[in-house]
Amino acid sequence: MSALLLILFLILEFLFLGFLGMAVEFIDRKLYARMQNRIGPPWFQPFADFVKLVAKEDIIPEEANPMMFKLMPVLALTAVFTAFLHIPLWDSTPLISFNGSVIVIVYLLTIPTLTFFLGGWHSTSLFSMIGAVRTLTQLFAYEVPLLLSVLAPAILAHTWSIEEMSEFYSKNPLFALTNAIGSIVAMIALQGKLERVPFDMPEAETEIVGGTFTEYSGRLLAMFRLAIDMETVVGASLIVAVFLPFGLHSGPLIGFVLYLAKILLVILLLALLRTVTARLRIEQMVVFCWKYLAPAALVQIIISLTLNWIIK
Amino acid sequence: MAKVTIPIGPQHPALKEPESFIVTLNGEKITNLDMRLGYNHRGIEKACEARTYVQDVYLIERVCGICSHSHSTCFVQAVEEIAGLQIPSRATYIRTLIAELERIHSHLLWLGVAGHEIGFDTLLMYTWRDREAVMDTFAALTGNRVNYGMNTIGGVRRDFTKEQLADVLKVIDICEERTKYYIEVCTQEPTVINRLSGVGYLSHEDAMRLGTIGPTGRASAVDKDVRRDDPYLAYKDLSFNVITDTHNDVFGRAVVRVLELMECYKMVREIIARMPDGPVTVKAPRKIPAGEAFSRYEAPRGEDTHFVKANGTDKPERVRVRAPTMANLQSVAKMLEDNNLADLPIAIAAIDPCFSCTDRMIGVKNAGGIKDTVRWDDLRNYSIKWYRQQGIDFTGLNKKMANRQE
Repeated sequence: MSALLLILFLILEFLFLGFLGMAVEFIDRKLYARMQNRIGPPWFQPFADFVKLVAKEDIIPEEANPMMFKLMPVLALTAVFTAFLHIPLWDSTPLISFNGSVIVIVYLLTIPTLTFFLGGWHSTSLFSMIGAVRTLTQLFAYEVPLLLSVLAPAILAHTWSIEEMSEFYSKNPLFALTNAIGSIVAMIALQGKLERVPFDMPEAETEIVGGTFTEYSGRLLAMFRLAIDMETVVGASLIVAVFLPFGLHSGPLIGFVLYLAKILLVILLLALLRTVTARLRIEQMVVFCWKYLAPAALVQIIISLTLNWIIK
Repeated sequence: MAKVTIPIGPQHPALKEPESFIVTLNGEKITNLDMRLGYNHRGIEKACEARTYVQDVYLIERVCGICSHSHSTCFVQAVEEIAGLQIPSRATYIRTLIAELERIHSHLLWLGVAGHEIGFDTLLMYTWRDREAVMDTFAALTGNRVNYGMNTIGGVRRDFTKEQLADVLKVIDICEERTKYYIEVCTQEPTVINRLSGVGYLSHEDAMRLGTIGPTGRASAVDKDVRRDDPYLAYKDLSFNVITDTHNDVFGRAVVRVLELMECYKMVREIIARMPDGPVTVKAPRKIPAGEAFSRYEAPRGEDTHFVKANGTDKPERVRVRAPTMANLQSVAKMLEDNNLADLPIAIAAIDPCFSCTDRMIGVKNAGGIKDTVRWDDLRNYSIKWYRQQGIDFTGLNKKMANRQE
């Protein structure tokens, strides 16, 4: 009975995450449109897109490996959802919590990128393959800065558990302010992870058509797109939990509203970045990440270590 | 990753018209580019020979959707030269006004397309919004947003009132303010500069050798502008600067275009201030006397030339259109040497290509009927044979040329 309840709860949680993902997609698109002087889509557009895609036929290229081709979208969804279970929402307690959950979340968030790579690679289309190679190149550029930027707050909090980290920072809110550099680095790295302008080389339509997803259609494409929407929420939640742990003990209702407000702030910043920049070239992105982002993350770690030393 | 060959076109999101670029890549670097024209042939030149001059004005206007006025003016100038017509000065001023407004909307369009090609959609949305204002002005002045139908042989078809011209000035003021902002964006926004500078490099020597024209050439310091060098319409009365740049890359081409916009605004104001009174058309004969004329025109994308041969009837014997893209297209292969795949769309877009204006067809017949493919040597031998039959022999000349090259 309890197993059944757990499954039911997980399904509900999954639906909630999917709903939130689409809502976030709508807000992002609307903000992007308004900042560009356009009207933007109506509120149901992401849902309509999803329903329409799901109703369409799946076309698998003859040359492609059908098993890998079909498996990848499912894997991407699963990984993102599993990562979500580790992230605290309205208070500091996530569904699953243990020492080391920060690393697990970052690891789980890497899996969708790998599935994009494998899915693109196995579709055997030239455009997909170039997109897949770009996806992987990009992964090596932003992954280290992202991990380093999340590492710095963990050093200060003396824990690898996201629950204890949130707890530590909500008790000492001033310490959270010292992570400002890290939060900016994490935000930019997240933009790279989500493959949005200026880091959308893997699906640069004017260069390589649909990039990784060129051959995907129907349900499989819908799943990938849902996974990306969810990844946006999970990524934003991670940043919120690590860098903005304010007002965590004000009850579920206010806590939840606060959580949504914080996510919206992150989405707004990401949309703003997307509006004011042009797409970089892949080698420019790698140079940018290693020359500026990674050192900035290291500076954040040094700040954390120094603070640690001062407190002791 | 090993060497791969990918097709950019004939159908590709980066291209607005069907054209094929077959790119060989080594990783992300372009090692070879094979360009193929001919997916958009419409046979307009031939169709012109079957229609009267007045009908041709409308047909020629549809050579290009963006520089429609350029083509029709160029054609009409040639016909008027053959017929010996002197058009009233108010008509030349109106033609010049439309020409400069067209340049404004074409350059704003280019800026947006360039923004889109480098993934900067915000610039696309902003510039195209401002371009709408110019298009609306066109609709108010001429009744049409795209093919204005202003030209006729012997003048223009509509006259403008003072109020209409005052409205144009208001739109120009708005556009000028916005353009100043775009100049800032293009020259200061770091991601835009990263994507534009150093891309599609074309040295001054190469630009001269390949005969690039218009903003593409002027960005490589090719100081040529028909408006100044061989003034037509009302340009000899107007004061303007020919913008050149020495960046030699896509960034330079963007700079030339945005600065040209500023010149356009100045010129539009001057045209409206100096607009003379009087009739806008003279009576043109239906049959144009035999003769031929060659007409030049500085279209937004570069020099546009038309050749018209008349034979005394009401239909031309031959019309030849050389759209500016034809002159600039060869330089694309040079620009893309050792560039990244990511730079291909913007490097192609930087010449502001108009492929359908450019496409021509050459059909070769032999004794066995029409062959699908003709080798270059065969084509050359065929041309030598053909000219010999006409009594012209190039063999001596060819030998001389070969000796000189050695």
